[in-house]
Amino acid sequence: MELAFTPEHESFRREVRSWIQEALPADLRAKSEVDANFEMEEVMRWHRILFQRGWVAPHWPAEHGGPGLDPTRRFILTEELELAGTPPLSPFGLGMVGPLLIQFGTPAQKQRFLPKILSGEEVWCQGYSEPNAGSDLASLRTSAVKNGSGKYVVDGQKTWTTYAQYADWIFCLVRTDPKTAPGGAGGGKKQEGISFLLIDLETPGVEVKPMLTLGGTPAFCETFFSGAEVPAENLVGPEGGGWTLAKALLGHERTLIAAVGQSRRVVRRVKRIAAQAAGPGGRPLIDDPRVRGRIAALEIRLRGLQMANYRALAGAQLGKAPGPESSILKLRGSEVLQQAFELAMDIMGPDSLTWFNQPGVVEPFEEWVPSAFCYTRATTIYGGSNEIQKNVLAKYILGLPAR
Amino acid sequence: MLVDTAASFAKKSSPVVRARKLRQDPLGFEPRVWKQMAELGWLGLCVPESDGGFGGRFVDLALVLEQLGSTLVPEPLLATCVLGGTALARAGTAEQRARWLAPLAAGELHAALAWAERDSRYDPAACAARAEKRPGGGFRLSGDKVWVQGGHAADLFLVSARTGGGAREAAGVSLFAVDRDAAGVEVQAVDTMDGRRAAMLRLGGVEVGADRLLGQEGQAAGLLGDVLDVAAAAACAEGAGIAQAVLAMTVEYLKTREQFGLKIGTFQVLQHRAVEMFVESELLRSHSIEASLRIDEGEADERRRAVSAALVQLTTGGRLVVRQGVQLHGGIGCTDEHDVGLYFKRMQTLGVLFGDEEHHLARFAALTQPPDAPV
Repeated sequence: MELAFTPEHESFRREVRSWIQEALPADLRAKSEVDANFEMEEVMRWHRILFQRGWVAPHWPAEHGGPGLDPTRRFILTEELELAGTPPLSPFGLGMVGPLLIQFGTPAQKQRFLPKILSGEEVWCQGYSEPNAGSDLASLRTSAVKNGSGKYVVDGQKTWTTYAQYADWIFCLVRTDPKTAPGGAGGGKKQEGISFLLIDLETPGVEVKPMLTLGGTPAFCETFFSGAEVPAENLVGPEGGGWTLAKALLGHERTLIAAVGQSRRVVRRVKRIAAQAAGPGGRPLIDDPRVRGRIAALEIRLRGLQMANYRALAGAQLGKAPGPESSILKLRGSEVLQQAFELAMDIMGPDSLTWFNQPGVVEPFEEWVPSAFCYTRATTIYGGSNEIQKNVLAKYILGLPAR
Repeated sequence: MLVDTAASFAKKSSPVVRARKLRQDPLGFEPRVWKQMAELGWLGLCVPESDGGFGGRFVDLALVLEQLGSTLVPEPLLATCVLGGTALARAGTAEQRARWLAPLAAGELHAALAWAERDSRYDPAACAARAEKRPGGGFRLSGDKVWVQGGHAADLFLVSARTGGGAREAAGVSLFAVDRDAAGVEVQAVDTMDGRRAAMLRLGGVEVGADRLLGQEGQAAGLLGDVLDVAAAAACAEGAGIAQAVLAMTVEYLKTREQFGLKIGTFQVLQHRAVEMFVESELLRSHSIEASLRIDEGEADERRRAVSAALVQLTTGGRLVVRQGVQLHGGIGCTDEHDVGLYFKRMQTLGVLFGDEEHHLARFAALTQPPDAPV
């Protein structure tokens, strides 16, 4: 394995970098420079710019509109976008339901949905968790029962349907076999009565209620279904086969959220803040050996993750399946991102009190830190909480016995 | 190929029980096995072809050391090949390399690097031993060196001594090749906590010729720093092998040990602990690979960053693995009977030989801060 990228890959990196310089609109650049939160309109504007360039879905196969890049180029493209702080695209269409349809969808479904995911004409959200089905996802209760005209009638409630208020479609796990419901008539494992259903959010009987996150941003939503009728052709995979699809999709999600590039940006910002913040005796905090040590320890953890990423990449370039080194990425990546914001808050000291104030109260690159610090508490919870990740690793990687 | 050979050697020819037995042996390893390692090409792996070696990359040797670490193979590759061999290869003239490095690669000579002193901590420039010029050429060496790795078995000592400069100044430190049997050389073999041997070295006015100076006079501090970085990367590779072995034996124990009528591996708190060990072990391996690759191809500061990062991971993550390995084995893990304790001690040792956590954290910080440094 080599650490250095080939000259071709380095030249691709330069190409991406200079393209971002030109293509990123000035107002988005200004926000990216201070790591401000992007509005959905801004995210979708950037989505369309990337779509025009052909780079909106680096990991999609060429036959479905992907750019046909090798794993290293995909990695470089993703890394450069993250490092430049461009708006993070909504993962639900491009990273989740899209790849799932490519793998399991019918030709008609692919034709109907994939082009509009790519172009950004249709925005997606995820309907998995329910108030009583979080980590124990398979105990979900939202029901989909076929009526006389062959449509599914959906009733129930989905939660953490992030950005549903801006979405056109939701992909849902629903229970099509009521006998398997928790506390139901019994007969069959609870995983076996679950199906994967695509639902138009305009359908009568679907209602979306936004919810503020801990970070004060309008990311979360709850979505309610009462007698919503969904055509049977919106079922993906076989009826009762939804759990297998859900597990495949969680695999896609896990590799999406190592967030190494984002953490690197935060570490850079931490140093910037520490160089300006006055410590004891009025000297910059970055001269304090304890502060220096904490920053260094964090950066070292980040380097380890980055190298684990490279190892996974080297494997992918050789066509190998993801090895154990990739399974740790979500677990540690989410923790490191949290620790980076914790450190940023500590170094800001009293200035970390700021909450959505006008420019000038604190430095512009500090204003978003408290909100991001709060929101990133979710990184160790979404995509399967870290405790669930550890259960999965214990079982599938270490082979430890189930109780 | 190289890795497979090393893995199979470790498993078949040198299971942990061998390291356990050799704890009682004054030499601590077997000359027969050393010869075998020379034949396998490991001793000369990183020695230039012109000096009788294979001219391989350091990362190849690191991968071998990782495998040997997995069963605690006690032969002194780290002391002789990495410390001694690297110093000779980098500082020696063609003549000096022919005289010492070629036999080292052939398994006929053990060279030990004597740089550390009572008050030097991890700074090779903090050298109080002195080398005075003798009238008519040559030098006269005096001073004490401590914890010389492989020193108990060395035929040749590579000793740092001051030919000029102030007490802790980098300029003025020189390196000399001293025969074990030279007059005035006093070697005291000592035991170390990992069941191996080292030596305390006293130089009482040892006279050497001018041909014994290695490298430029007064310029050895930088060289020693570089050699210690290579050794630190080697320690991390060995540590990565240890971590993987301890993880494997602990997982195996969790799968078989029963309490409360259940395999203890079914308990979630222990499963999650094992996953933490797994994550830290994988991260140590990632850091170790990066450090090894940077030894071969890195720009100096990038190499230092990678080595310090890896050493910090060894002393934090690596030690977590072996400490939790002992914990999850319970009472038996705290006995001398069980192998997990041998791994525990070796990992502890590796973290103090070439700079500890504080040392490398501070160095990493100096190389990555101020804020405009690349992340």
